[in-house]
Amino acid sequence: MGTMNKPIVQLQQVSKKYQRTEALKDVSLDVPRGKIVGIVGPNGSGKTTALKLMAGLLQPDRGKILLDGQPVQGRLISRKVAYLHETDEVYGFFKIREAVDYFHKIYDDFDLHRARAMMEFLELDSEKRVSQLSKGNMMRVKLVLTVARNAPLVLLDEPLSGLDPMVRESIIKGLISFLDMERQTVVLTTHEIDEVEPLLDAVVAIKNGTIYRFEETEVIRSEYGMSLVDWMKRVYTGKEHD
Amino acid sequence: MVKFDGNQPIYLQIVQKIIRQIVSGELKPGDKLRSVREMAVEYGVNPNTVQRVNGELERMGIIEARRGQGMFVTENLALLKQLREQLIDGQISRFIEEMREAGFEDAEIIDGVRRHLEKAN
Repeated sequence: MGTMNKPIVQLQQVSKKYQRTEALKDVSLDVPRGKIVGIVGPNGSGKTTALKLMAGLLQPDRGKILLDGQPVQGRLISRKVAYLHETDEVYGFFKIREAVDYFHKIYDDFDLHRARAMMEFLELDSEKRVSQLSKGNMMRVKLVLTVARNAPLVLLDEPLSGLDPMVRESIIKGLISFLDMERQTVVLTTHEIDEVEPLLDAVVAIKNGTIYRFEETEVIRSEYGMSLVDWMKRVYTGKEHD
Repeated sequence: MVKFDGNQPIYLQIVQKIIRQIVSGELKPGDKLRSVREMAVEYGVNPNTVQRVNGELERMGIIEARRGQGMFVTENLALLKQLREQLIDGQISRFIEEMREAGFEDAEIIDGVRRHLEKAN
């Protein structure tokens, strides 16, 4: 018991503004351990902001964020969080093999063995230069670099966005195959809800900077009798009480 | 990847799939089930969902955990026979209900089924 039951990350009445636009308003959320949680919502709803706050990449204007029960602050946080950016952050002049070695060097928790197994599973040629990769292979590399870390919290910003169905499937299967669900929790943002649904334990629906719903996906199916996609349509058109 | 129906919990749909595999003989008494991870990858679902599937099947007595070895289809043949009967009962009563609702007489239903079976053989 003890720490296992404590949420891995907690947002407590968090608000975040960019100039005058309020990205998140008074948001509270406990993310349970050992789950895969999806943050869903339209563009500009605050999904990425929520993720960056959890990662310590942004500071809240108000409220508190606890990671593993501790306030999120300073650089130590990068030991506990593996973050996959939506934009490309891997140096283009690296070969894939070099990028992996580099991550192995800078992160103590990087599991080289897992990284190599993932590259094989995802059929990546480790001698290819990062700058020459297709969009799909770029995402595969980013997935390797993120998931090969034994970080307790894995944050994935739009891991499926803009990819064709084959690549999306391989990303999802790569994630299922290599995550350590006993020790890791995943929070991901997405608008490809249909494909990601079977992967998610729970869904956080964000609308206009507030959390509209936080629900287990199987509860949505059994209690509402609908898939996540249909449920989302209802949530966002405000017709859920029909 | 496996497609799931929209309105039923995914874990239940996988439970039903495995029961069908057992009834059809694709999975035999005493067969070892694949690991949680392998099943999760095959179905494209969260490993927690597969845990739930195993929990449900174990609760029903259909599979059994052997320590350190994984999950196995039960060798309790009476239970498997019962499962088979339940499945056929369920399917047939649903069919009959629909046919009656559509206004068919029992004699017509029986005739129709017989004709179909003869054609199929």
